[in-house]
Amino acid sequence: MAIWCRALAIDRWRLNHAGPENAKAGTNDHGEAPIVLVGETAHGPRIAAASRAAMAAGAQPGMLLADARALCPHLVVHPSDPPGDRAFLENLALWAQRWGPWSALDLPDGLVVDVTGVAHLFGGEAALLADAAASFAGRGLTVRLAVAPTAGAAWGLAHYGPDRTSLSADAGVLKGLAPLPVAALRLDADVVLLLERLGLKRIGDLAEIGRAALARRFRDRRSPAANPLMRLDQLLGRMPEPILPVLAAPLPMVQQRLMEPVRHRALLDRVVEDLACALVRRLEEQGQGARRLDLALWKVDGDVLFRRLELAAPTRDPAHMTRLFAGKLDDLDAGFGIELVRLAAPWAEPLALTQSDLDAAAQTHGTSLAACIDRLSMRLGAEAVRTPVPHASHMPERAQRWAPPLGNVALQEGLEKGIVPSGRPLKLLDRAEPIAVIYEAPDGLPRLFRWRGHVHEIARAEGPERIAPEWWREKGGARLRDYYRIEDSAGRRYWIYRRGLPGDGRGGAPEWFLQGLCA
Amino acid sequence: MTPVSLPRIDRSAHWQPGLGDACRHVEIFASADEASGAGLALAFALDAARESADHRPWLWVQDKTAIRLSGRPYRPGLPEGLRHRLLHVAADRPEDALFALEEGLRCRDLAFVIGEIAGNPTSLDFTASRRLSLAAEKHGVPLWLVRLSARHDLGSARMRWDVDSVSSPPPRWNRDAPGAPCWRARLFRAHTFQPGQWVLGHDGEANRLVAVRAVAVRAGEDEGACTSGAAAAPDHGDLVQGAGDRPLEAEPRRA
Repeated sequence: MAIWCRALAIDRWRLNHAGPENAKAGTNDHGEAPIVLVGETAHGPRIAAASRAAMAAGAQPGMLLADARALCPHLVVHPSDPPGDRAFLENLALWAQRWGPWSALDLPDGLVVDVTGVAHLFGGEAALLADAAASFAGRGLTVRLAVAPTAGAAWGLAHYGPDRTSLSADAGVLKGLAPLPVAALRLDADVVLLLERLGLKRIGDLAEIGRAALARRFRDRRSPAANPLMRLDQLLGRMPEPILPVLAAPLPMVQQRLMEPVRHRALLDRVVEDLACALVRRLEEQGQGARRLDLALWKVDGDVLFRRLELAAPTRDPAHMTRLFAGKLDDLDAGFGIELVRLAAPWAEPLALTQSDLDAAAQTHGTSLAACIDRLSMRLGAEAVRTPVPHASHMPERAQRWAPPLGNVALQEGLEKGIVPSGRPLKLLDRAEPIAVIYEAPDGLPRLFRWRGHVHEIARAEGPERIAPEWWREKGGARLRDYYRIEDSAGRRYWIYRRGLPGDGRGGAPEWFLQGLCA
Repeated sequence: MTPVSLPRIDRSAHWQPGLGDACRHVEIFASADEASGAGLALAFALDAARESADHRPWLWVQDKTAIRLSGRPYRPGLPEGLRHRLLHVAADRPEDALFALEEGLRCRDLAFVIGEIAGNPTSLDFTASRRLSLAAEKHGVPLWLVRLSARHDLGSARMRWDVDSVSSPPPRWNRDAPGAPCWRARLFRAHTFQPGQWVLGHDGEANRLVAVRAVAVRAGEDEGACTSGAAAAPDHGDLVQGAGDRPLEAEPRRA
C-alpha cells in the first residue's frame, strides 16, 4: 500500500499551530488564509510548500517569495522545517505499521506499507483502504492511497491514479496502469521530458514498443530512476526492489523522581548508582552496551544540568558508569536541590551477555583495557590517550598520526607491511630544533655542532637520505631535506637534517636541524 | 635483648642479560638529551617477553616536560613487534603521569608499561614510588620508569640503573655509519643482585639482550676496564632483512 501525503508540510504546520479541530475545519473551509512555508536559499526565500488557498492565488512551490507576493500580496508566510517534516514522516511510518508488518519511507512525503496477506484482517482491500483513509482523516492529514501488487505500481496509482484504487495481480498490473502518465514510473524529470518528446506519454505506450528498443535507447543508464525499462520491470515485479523498513528503536532510559530534593553529593551518588543499575538491566534485555550516557538533573528552580559521557567500548558495568560520573559531578551546583534525575544511553552497541565479573575478581585480576582507557581519558582528557597510526606521507613528522585507541588494530598492522622506512629514530621531537654548526666538513656534513648548549662532535654518519618536499601539499618555496643518522664521539645517536641546498634559490644558506633521537 | 632474625637475602648473585623479568619495577636514569633510557627500557621489555608470544598492547606514559625534552615515540622507529600495539599517554603534569602509570599497572590487558618523567618532581616521592612497586608486583605488569635528567632520589624500585650511550660496534658494510644501539648500563642499586656495569646491546636477530662488550665489572673498579676488552667483532645485524616488494637480484629466487 502506498500512501502519499499531498500536503505534508502544510498539514503538519496546521496541526502544530491550530490544534486538530481547527485544522480539520480549515481543510474543509476554503475561505482560509493563503499560507506558504518558505525555505532560505542563496537567492532569497523560496516557497517550499503552499496551501490550497495560496495555490489558488497563484503561489507555487519553488517560486521565489517576492514573485509570489507580487501575485498575491496577502500571503501568510512562515518558515519551513524539512528536518521536522522528516521526523514527522518517520513517526507516521511507525504508526502506519498498524496496517502491515513493514513500512518504509518514500521521501519526501510518502510511505509504503507492506500489506501482503493482511487485507483479510480488515475485511478486504477496499475496507483496508477505507480504514486507512478514515484514520488519516482523523489525524488531519490529506492523503491519497492505493494498493497494488508491487511498491512501484502502488506509488504510481497513489500519485497519478484515482484515489483509493486497489489493483489485484489477477486483473493485470500493466492493464491497470496503462492509462497513467509516464511520470508515474518514478523517473527523473529529464527522462520524463525525453519520453514525452518521443511521444511516449502513457505507460501503455511504453509497454507496447519492444523491450529491445527501450534497452538500446537507454543502454547507458544504470540508475533505475533514469532507465524506464528497469522501472517498468520493477513495476511488474520482474526485477526485485527491496524496501528499507523503518524500525522503532526505543532509547534505553531510566529516570527517578525524588520525593525530597537532593542537595548533598553522597545522596546524589547513590541515586546515580541506582539509575545505573536500572539502566544496565534495561540494556541487558536488549543485549546492548552503552557507548554514550546522558545524565540530566532537574533542579527545583527549573534549571536542568546535563552531563555527557562517552565510553571507549560498549559497557554494562554499573560500577564503572558510577565511577566515571563521579568525576563529572564534582563541579555540580545543586542550588535548592535536585528533584528528578534521568539517565539515558542515546548510543548503544550490541554487547553479548557474559559471565558477570565479580568485584573481587576485578580487584585481583585487574581492570580490562577498555575500562583503563576510559579512566585515563576521563582524568587526562580524550586527547591524552592516543595510539600512533601510519599515514601516507614522505615527511617524517607527517608519516605518523595519533588516533583514538581501540581502533582496528589488525588493519593498521596489515597496512604498513613492507613500507616502513629503515633507519628511523626511536623518538621524534615535536618541533625539530635548530643546531648551530661550528665546523663543517668538506662534504657538507658538520663536524662539530652545538645543540642545547653542548658541543657534539660527529664521529660517524650515514646519509644523506634525501626527502623532497611534497609539492602537492606544500607551497612552492618548500626546501628539500637531507637526513643523516649520526653518532657523536660520546656515542649519542641522533637524526639530523639539512634544509635546502646551497644555491637552490629558495632562501639563504641551508640550515641544520635535529629532529630525532635514536636509541 | 634478643637479636631480630631477618631473612637472609642472597646478594651474591650477579645480574646477567636474560634476567629481564626478574623484577617488576625498574628505574632507569638517563640524560634527556639522548634516547638511551627509552631504548634500554624497550630492550629490557623485548628481552623479558622473548619467550612468550604476547600480543597485548603496551603503555607509554610521558609527562609534558619529557615530551618537550626528548620527543614522542615514533612509530616507524619502534621495534617491529611492538609498533602496532603502542598506547601513548601524554600527561600534562607528573601527578597525572603517575596516575596513568598506576592505572596501566592495574590493567590486565597490558603487556608492560614504560614511563618517562623528567627531573625530580615533588609528587614522585618515596610513597608514590612504593605505590607503583606494589601495583606492579600485585598485578604482574612490569614497569620500566625512565627518569630523564634526574638525580638519584629515594625510590622503591627493585633495580635502579644509570644508562648512557656508548659508541656502537661498526656495521660490517659501512664502517662509517652508526651501528646497532649500545648502552653503558650501571646497576647501582638492586634488591637481589650485586651492583655492576655492563655495555648492553639488543640483538635484533635473536631478539634478546646481550652484553656487547666485556663482562660485568665490579662496582667501584676503574671504568677503563670496561672498554679494555673492546675487541669487538663487526656485527652485521643492520642489514636489510627482506627486500620487501623490491626485486633483489642477489636474493636466491624461489621456484
